[in-house]
Amino acid sequence: MRTLRFLLQKEFLQIFRDPSIFRILFIMPMVQLLVLPLAADYEIKNINLSVVDHDHSEYSRKLINKITSSGYFRLRDYSPTFPQALKTIESDKTDLVLEIPAQFERALVKDNSAPLLISVNAINGIKAGLGGAYLQGIVQNFNMEVRNQWIQYARLNPQPQIEVTFSNWYNPTMNYHVFMVPGILVMLMTIIGASIASNNIVREKEMGTIEQINVSPIRKSQFIIGKLVPFWILALLILTVGLTIARVVYGIVPVGHYATIYLFASIYLMAILGLGLLMSTFASTQQQSMLVSFFLTMIFNLLSGLFTPIESMPEWAKMLTRFNPVSYFIEVMRMVILKGSGLADIKYHILAELGFAFVFITWAILNYHKREA
Amino acid sequence: MDKVITASNLTKKFGTFTAVDHISFEVAKGEIFGFLGANGAGKTTAMRMLCGLSLPTSGDATVAGFDVYRENEKIKRNIGYMSQKFSMYEDLTIRENIRFYAGIYGMSDEAIVKKTDALVSQLQMTGNEKTLVRELPLGWRQKLAFSIAIVHEPAVVFLDEPTGGVDPVTRREFWNLIYQAAALGITVFITTHYMDEAEYCDRVCIMVDGRIDALDSPAGLMKEFKSTNMDGVFLQLARKAQRKAD
Repeated sequence: MRTLRFLLQKEFLQIFRDPSIFRILFIMPMVQLLVLPLAADYEIKNINLSVVDHDHSEYSRKLINKITSSGYFRLRDYSPTFPQALKTIESDKTDLVLEIPAQFERALVKDNSAPLLISVNAINGIKAGLGGAYLQGIVQNFNMEVRNQWIQYARLNPQPQIEVTFSNWYNPTMNYHVFMVPGILVMLMTIIGASIASNNIVREKEMGTIEQINVSPIRKSQFIIGKLVPFWILALLILTVGLTIARVVYGIVPVGHYATIYLFASIYLMAILGLGLLMSTFASTQQQSMLVSFFLTMIFNLLSGLFTPIESMPEWAKMLTRFNPVSYFIEVMRMVILKGSGLADIKYHILAELGFAFVFITWAILNYHKREA
Repeated sequence: MDKVITASNLTKKFGTFTAVDHISFEVAKGEIFGFLGANGAGKTTAMRMLCGLSLPTSGDATVAGFDVYRENEKIKRNIGYMSQKFSMYEDLTIRENIRFYAGIYGMSDEAIVKKTDALVSQLQMTGNEKTLVRELPLGWRQKLAFSIAIVHEPAVVFLDEPTGGVDPVTRREFWNLIYQAAALGITVFITTHYMDEAEYCDRVCIMVDGRIDALDSPAGLMKEFKSTNMDGVFLQLARKAQRKAD
């Protein structure tokens, strides 16, 4: 215990003497949390629209008005022919072409139906899919309105309609920030935690000070724990800074308890710091450890369900997410913050994370050799 | 006489390369034992095996009565070590470095404070206790590193080329520290390639290509090789190695 005390004392002295620590600890998460959520937003706005109106009728104008007033589309081009409109897509001025055929109004009134052509630039799949869907929705809505105008009495409606209404639970306003900010905070803790821990031991290797430790009676477990604890405390500080920003800037107040978040974060950090220490036992230069931790945290973050839902991943990727400590934490964060889940709801997550922590730390201790073969 | 270090047929191989080739010697308590050799002769590897930093390939050795294979962690309680590579924490002060190393060897808080004051005044560094080690001149650092290596009063201290790059005056001061330590009964095991330093040792052994080619007191070696100084002795042996390498 005494040895551990001296190790911790030394570690904290070094950490607080290092001016870059403050920047990493406070400035970096602040910038990332303030900027990233604005960018990481699935909602597609400002879709550039090109319209080819061969009809020039009252209805076609009404439809165009309805589309542009939805807020999702910007009318960027009004071409007389389809090939000309296609040119604007080619030159990247617009994303979507809506072609209204001649006699659109007449067909609508006379035949009760009229065709419309929507052409979408599908280079950006998400934008194309959502843009097309939005436009369809608006056109359908327009269709309903037209019908309601003509048929005053619903009971005479020749075509029964099924109307779907939504009720969005847990995130009623569908606010993406509520969904993304906790996840981005997890990502930050992962990146900083893993790289800071692995770099630290490797720096001792580079400086040669680790040799002086290896020739002393310090036990391997003492050394690893002496490295683990300071960074564990630092990362919890980052979490506190992050949760404060989430509350003050984005107005995110967890439905569940902060205590649940901290408890899970404590276990999670043991896993991720353990992983960092494990990497450091393999690397011999800071460059190596930086690249390896970059590689791993990248995979962890992309396979964590932060940006893309795990449910839509292929089976093999779903399997991989089960072995990813980050995915559990992101899920827990969202559960606690949005749904107010308590300890009982996340008990399996806790068990899994404890398992990761145990495996990584034990492996790190075993793989750290005071004596080379 | 008490034997603090014994080695018999100690060997270290890295793949097909034999860095240390069946060396045998004994070092008595309080002795200053010099390990001489050209770069790459195997001095550091031999020392690292004795310190428990490197596992021998074959042969036997004991340090402070403990076996290097099985009791290497016990050895570590009883030795001090100062490596070629400078190994204090540069971002800690003199006082903090002393405190840390004394602490991990289990010294009590009062003992640490006392020891620190004694060391600082002995090294004439009073007033600089709060200077970061990275700001110290090289000579100061080396003396401080040595003092820290023996802060817990070990049975043996291993010094791996401790005076590399240090000016002659500081080297002289450094050797005064070594003599003081030896007078306290600490056995000193030192590697060097300064031949004048070899003459300060009680006994020296000269390593050539991983083997010990000569082992005696400096005076004895000069007599045997009919030379007036250690330079002459070393050159004769080193030339021999040259011929062998061809």
